Amino acid sequence: MYVEMKEICKTFDGFQASDHVSFGIEKGQMAALLGPSGSGKTTILRMLAGLDMPDSGDIMINGILVNDLPGNKRGIGFVFQNYALFRYMTVADNIAFGLEVQKKGKAEIKERVEELLELISMEDLGKRYPHQLSGGQKQRVAFARALAPRPGLLLLDEPFAAIDAKVRRELRNWLKEMIGRVGITSIFVTHDQEEAMEVANQVIIINQGKIEQIGTPKEICFHPQTEFVSDFIETDRWIV
Amino acid sequence: MSKKKQRTYQQDIVGDSINSLRKVVEPPKENGSHLMKYLLIGISAAFLFLMLALPLAVVVMNACKEGWDAYREAVMDEYTMKALQLTLLATVITVAVNTIFGLFASFLLSKFYFRGRQVLAALIDIPFSISPVIAGLVFILTFGNMGWMGDVLDKYNIKIVFAVPGVVLVTVFVTFPFVFRELFPVLNAQGKDEEEAAALMGAGGFTIFRRITLPHIKWALLYGIILCSARAMGEFGAVSVISGHLRGKTNTLPLHVEILYNEFNTTAAFAVSSILVLLAVLILVVKSLVEWKKE
Ligand SMILES: Nc1ncnc2c1ncn2[C@@H]1O[C@H](COP(=O)(O)OP(=O)(O)O)[C@@H](O)[C@H]1O
Ligand SMILES: [Mg+2]
Repeated sequence: MYVEMKEICKTFDGFQASDHVSFGIEKGQMAALLGPSGSGKTTILRMLAGLDMPDSGDIMINGILVNDLPGNKRGIGFVFQNYALFRYMTVADNIAFGLEVQKKGKAEIKERVEELLELISMEDLGKRYPHQLSGGQKQRVAFARALAPRPGLLLLDEPFAAIDAKVRRELRNWLKEMIGRVGITSIFVTHDQEEAMEVANQVIIINQGKIEQIGTPKEICFHPQTEFVSDFIETDRWIV
Repeated sequence: MSKKKQRTYQQDIVGDSINSLRKVVEPPKENGSHLMKYLLIGISAAFLFLMLALPLAVVVMNACKEGWDAYREAVMDEYTMKALQLTLLATVITVAVNTIFGLFASFLLSKFYFRGRQVLAALIDIPFSISPVIAGLVFILTFGNMGWMGDVLDKYNIKIVFAVPGVVLVTVFVTFPFVFRELFPVLNAQGKDEEEAAALMGAGGFTIFRRITLPHIKWALLYGIILCSARAMGEFGAVSVISGHLRGKTNTLPLHVEILYNEFNTTAAFAVSSILVLLAVLILVVKSLVEWKKE
């Protein structure tokens, strides 16, 4: 297992946001955290990234217990729900930021930035500012920025939520292909069952802070283990 | 629960609200009611003339009434110069203290959630709701001879009341919400995502502040500093109570004006006032420049 959460609990002012959450993800997998809004998906992602601390339980990444390790030492790339691009920096500076704070050499940074701009097909837009980009372009920049320091694990919070429906499908395929090409272990959060089924090869269904079922899209579709899961995915079963 | 709502809300508005705030609101198309328009313009103009232009003109005219020499004599007077120095000293210290304090407080209250943040925010606003005279009295009661800390201060021979430190202290007190009030909404609207993203990439606190927070707040910060300076220079009530009006020692410009006026030295009073007017105009120009640059 590359990522493992063991019996994680987390409360906010007495509200149980994570209730004995346990799951594991193999190296190179693309996992989806699927659940309705407010079910505790973002909380799990933030705890993996070290942005929130669990009340109890263990988090292992790449065989290391990271409970007490700050987020920046966990080898994680994070794509925020609204991308959180640095709005006073150009696209290129956004991508370079992580390398700069690691005090990498100028030439090395330049090379890596160009490589990533090419990967996201935005070679000519490096000098633009975030507010001059479309939603899809912002997402691609956020993706490149997260990948720049070569993390071992990529976390994406609702990567398609802020994008209008027309381009969403296109972007979804693009992201799936990119992640496949880079070969990075990834977890993405979504409340859209179709999205989870199409993009992920492992789906973790969560409701009210508890895990309902873990499995491949097929298993989830054809063998839902709880009433909640069958209700939640029912609407789309006939599509798959 | 409500805290969480705030977080999501912030995430949602981060990008677009900032841009939409910048957009100039177009006035609605005129539809023939010219009369109303000119009436309103007329009222505004008359009001501004009566309340601003006229008094300012009176200050300048009275200051020059007895000619250039009398004006220069009043302005170059030893006590006037001392008062000007003290006013500038108090302003500089006040602005420095309140800028640092305002930065910390607004950062704390906009980026961290903890019990009692509402209480803290309300406390910071107290100087806005307290009469400056009361503020001055409070400081006398706290630091004065008979006051609460009188004995301690006496023992170490520190003088605050009726001395320069007192003047500076009350000025700080009276103006301390300005920078905070300007920064807080801007920081609040920014959310913490960008800072968290930077921290996850390994950026330290100072780097985050310099490269992410500061570019976002720099205009608001400058604006807060300007407002704070303007208010600090003109402060009268609180300073009047605590300074003891010691000419050449604890007199600030506004106090000096009052003294001259009470001595029926009208020309000198207006001449000294004109220094304050000049400083105010200077601040106004800087403020307009800032607003123009910001566009
Ligand atoms: N910082 C926080 N403070 C208080 N409550 C929170 C906080 N973060 C999350 N919560 C609560 O935890 C629950 C799950 O939140 P979240 O993980 O963001 O859900 P999801 O991402 O699945 O929509 C929400 O109901 C919310 O009220
Ligand atoms: Mg969420």
